Amino acid sequence: MLAWTIYLSFAGAALEALLPRRNAALARGLALLVALAGLAIAVLGFAAGGANHFARAVIADVPWVPSMGIRFTLAADGISLVLVLLTGLAAVAGVLFSWNIELRTNEFFAFYLALIGGVYGVFLSGDLFLLFVFYEIAIVPKYFLIAIWGSTRREYGAMKLALYSFVGSAMVLIGLLAAYARSGGHSTGLVELAAYAHAGALPVSFQMWAFPLVFVGFGILAGMWPFHTWAPTGHVAAPTAASMLLAGVVMKLGAYGCLRVAMGLFPRGMDPWGFSFIGIGSWRDVFAILAVIGIVYGALAALAQSDFKFVIGYSSVSHMGFVLLGLMTLSAVNTIGATGAVLQMFSHGVIAGLLFAIVGRIVYERTHTRDLAELEKMHLSRRLPFAAWAFVVAGIASMGLPGFSGFVAELQVLVGSWKADPWWTGAAGVGIVVGVAYTWRALQKAFFSDTHANLREVEAEHKHPLAPITWPEVTGVVMLTAASLIVGLYPRILLDAIEPAVKALAGGMQ
Amino acid sequence: MNGIPLLTTITVLPLIGAAIALLSGRHARLVALVTTIVALALALMVWTKLPVDGSIGLVERAVWAPSLGIEYHLGVDALGALMLVLSAVVTLMSVDAAHRAHHQPGLFFALVLLLESGLFGTFTALNFYHWFLFWELSLIPAFFLIKLWGGPKRGPAATQFFVYTMAGSVALLISFLAVFLSTGSMDFVDLAAQAANGTLAQAVTAHLGPVMLWLAIGVLAGFAVKVPLAPFHTWLPAAYAEAPSPVTMLLTGTMSKMGVYGLLRIALPLFGPQIAQMRTPLLVLAVVTVVMGAWAAAAQTDLKRVFAYSSVNHLGYCMLGIFAVAVPSANAAVETSQAAALNGVILQMFNHGVTAAALFWFIAMMQERSGGERGINDFGGLRKPAPVLAGLMGIVLFSSLGLPGLNGFVGEFLIFRGVFTLSWISATVSVLGLLVTAAVILTVIQKVFSGPVPERWAGFADLHGGERLAMVPVIGLMLLLGLLPQLVLGSVNATVMNLLAHWRF
Repeated sequence: MLAWTIYLSFAGAALEALLPRRNAALARGLALLVALAGLAIAVLGFAAGGANHFARAVIADVPWVPSMGIRFTLAADGISLVLVLLTGLAAVAGVLFSWNIELRTNEFFAFYLALIGGVYGVFLSGDLFLLFVFYEIAIVPKYFLIAIWGSTRREYGAMKLALYSFVGSAMVLIGLLAAYARSGGHSTGLVELAAYAHAGALPVSFQMWAFPLVFVGFGILAGMWPFHTWAPTGHVAAPTAASMLLAGVVMKLGAYGCLRVAMGLFPRGMDPWGFSFIGIGSWRDVFAILAVIGIVYGALAALAQSDFKFVIGYSSVSHMGFVLLGLMTLSAVNTIGATGAVLQMFSHGVIAGLLFAIVGRIVYERTHTRDLAELEKMHLSRRLPFAAWAFVVAGIASMGLPGFSGFVAELQVLVGSWKADPWWTGAAGVGIVVGVAYTWRALQKAFFSDTHANLREVEAEHKHPLAPITWPEVTGVVMLTAASLIVGLYPRILLDAIEPAVKALAGGMQ
Repeated sequence: MNGIPLLTTITVLPLIGAAIALLSGRHARLVALVTTIVALALALMVWTKLPVDGSIGLVERAVWAPSLGIEYHLGVDALGALMLVLSAVVTLMSVDAAHRAHHQPGLFFALVLLLESGLFGTFTALNFYHWFLFWELSLIPAFFLIKLWGGPKRGPAATQFFVYTMAGSVALLISFLAVFLSTGSMDFVDLAAQAANGTLAQAVTAHLGPVMLWLAIGVLAGFAVKVPLAPFHTWLPAAYAEAPSPVTMLLTGTMSKMGVYGLLRIALPLFGPQIAQMRTPLLVLAVVTVVMGAWAAAAQTDLKRVFAYSSVNHLGYCMLGIFAVAVPSANAAVETSQAAALNGVILQMFNHGVTAAALFWFIAMMQERSGGERGINDFGGLRKPAPVLAGLMGIVLFSSLGLPGLNGFVGEFLIFRGVFTLSWISATVSVLGLLVTAAVILTVIQKVFSGPVPERWAGFADLHGGERLAMVPVIGLMLLLGLLPQLVLGSVNATVMNLLAHWRF
């Protein structure tokens, strides 16, 4: 059943491309329908997985290129199910926040649904080759979405994102081909390859160089410092729905690849090198330190931005740092950090989507400025109370206050990292404190500034009221907020799915 | 528990009320009034259902997220229940005081009710996660209540309040994270038991090294900001002065008690030996808080700032009592004094909450009548045009001064009774605070109510029927507790004995 998320999205994309160009309402109606169907299937699939105790289930399995052992395999474990659910949510929210797109609407949604289909495909692939194909499919529509419908320096942003993505893909591809060849070229199934690795068919020395190559390749898309620079510019240049998807699910593709492919196929690549240099003795240490730097650097950079959207863009780098840090704590005896990392993928996907929607769609489309100094003079808490209070809630969630999903996720990552190395926890804790500061700064400047309106300004504001909030905006905000709140108040709803899958992955580690 | 989960109900009720208030616009105050009256009834019901032996009762438990040590675990003893009643009383008074047409009344009362829910949650939670959730939940509405409805300098005041409290929360969170990493538990009761038999310190030291003292400091910092304890009090005068008076009532009447409650429920049970180790410097800080608060109040001319500093002074007595208790119980005399001091602290929490809230209620009434003026020198001779206001506020002022026969006296007396045995020197120096406070309050009475009536106040309106009606039960409560403290002390003493039996220093 879950396979239909992929098929439906691609069918929807094809259909959108064939629609008459002038009928924007039809195009968005169809997109919403397809996205809703995807979400419904994702929810049902998650429930069915729950009935099955979230064991790994093969959904489809047919030969594809038999001579090379490549099969069209779709499979889902708890991690996949959680991320498919996230994709479903983000897809629906993205359509809702693109309701005002009038330029080549059908093409926009064609690219949009193709991107969604690719993302579903990556999360559900049970075959390495297939995963890579979907991963590449997802890159192309992203480029067009930004280059055609984007804003600030959109060609630059789109090109930078595409180039970074392709460099990452090239690194991944080299690692994959090497793994395929070294394992004897029998199969590209993820489970089969992992079994080779565990059985010793992939020697530790091989894993030691393949692991960092593939990890960095995927890590680029996850916003790993210092390869993160595509993220803020890409997020800012993208139209709202594309920024929501970029931060919400596309960055998760990278993190998912790090976990499923780099760590799943080359688990011994994280072993100690046998020597250590200034306390760094393995790739685990290297990437954890890069993750911690990303957390702190992203937060400090967000604190220094004057463009509202850049604040959110850099906050994504910081929050994705928690994902990478959590992954790097995974070992046979320590699974809580990586569990938190997967939960953080979901949590950040929802919260970043919400923040980008508020900043890019609800505020920017009405004020036509994202400059915090300009917004400070606009008294938005009075003129756009819905946006202001939605941002308060989203900001609280993003700061990682208890009650929302971010708190549980970051708590687990911190607990896991403490078990691995307390210094990482301390440094990441600094990132959280700065996170409170930049969120509060943006909140105060954009919505609750103390500048008092004089009479003339008030009259001018009365004459030119901002456009009222529309129902798709309200629906989208409520949906994403509810998702974060439900997971925050009852984290087991997702943890029950994530924990067994992460434990299974950790089985081959030291 | 017999059927209805009372503690869950009382916490959820204001949340529902907040949602309704938000949607009901101009009628929001009515919604808030109904909600807070029902909440008060529920809080009193909780008080009557306490276990007789002073232990934690009305327990509710449910699985939440076991892998993180998170459990839905609620319960109250007399300390928690008394705080529930106090929160309900003060919130009701605050809603009553906010009858002037505010802009955006729906939002205002929704935030007040959200804050009330935060208070109820904090005073009933027995698991850190749950407790911290509500602790933070109360901070956010308080910030916006100051930020959006405050006086001219509300922006910096709200930010300062938020930053200080948040920094304290982070310190708390880090300490608890360390405790959780070492023990795998976030349950207050469980951790208190581990602390009592010494395994908590062992586990922490085994996992993280000799950091127990630092963890204690982190937890103390979180609570010290909230109470506040000098030198963490600097956010308070600005926040209290800039907040609209109904909100100041909530800040001083209830939110400051969250800090004291935290010390009693969390800091002393878990970090007893460490606090005992730091007892001398902590006592010095408490004495400084008492004396400095009183002197600073004497130096103010803005009535709200006078009572803000006077609040610092009154809560200083609570700090004094709490830190003085932190000694190993050597003999029966020490144990009796510890019990007396703790009884005093808990009583003082309640009394200060009611009295301070009532004082700011009167300031709200005076501001309403004077067009916003609240300088100590702006008034004069008000007892002639407004005898009822002067009389009733006089009673409250005397309660704040600690006049025997009124509620304020009993708590302070018990604290001093205990502290004199436990640390005679800090008690002696703190008496200075009592004297200065008395001088401050008498000055207020003299300058505001006595003397010739300035011309512009000749027509100063007295309290009208509804306002009198609102204040009579509050003042009745002050008299009742002053004359018959046993009404509360019976249950409180049982809880104090229970707590002391479990604490190790």
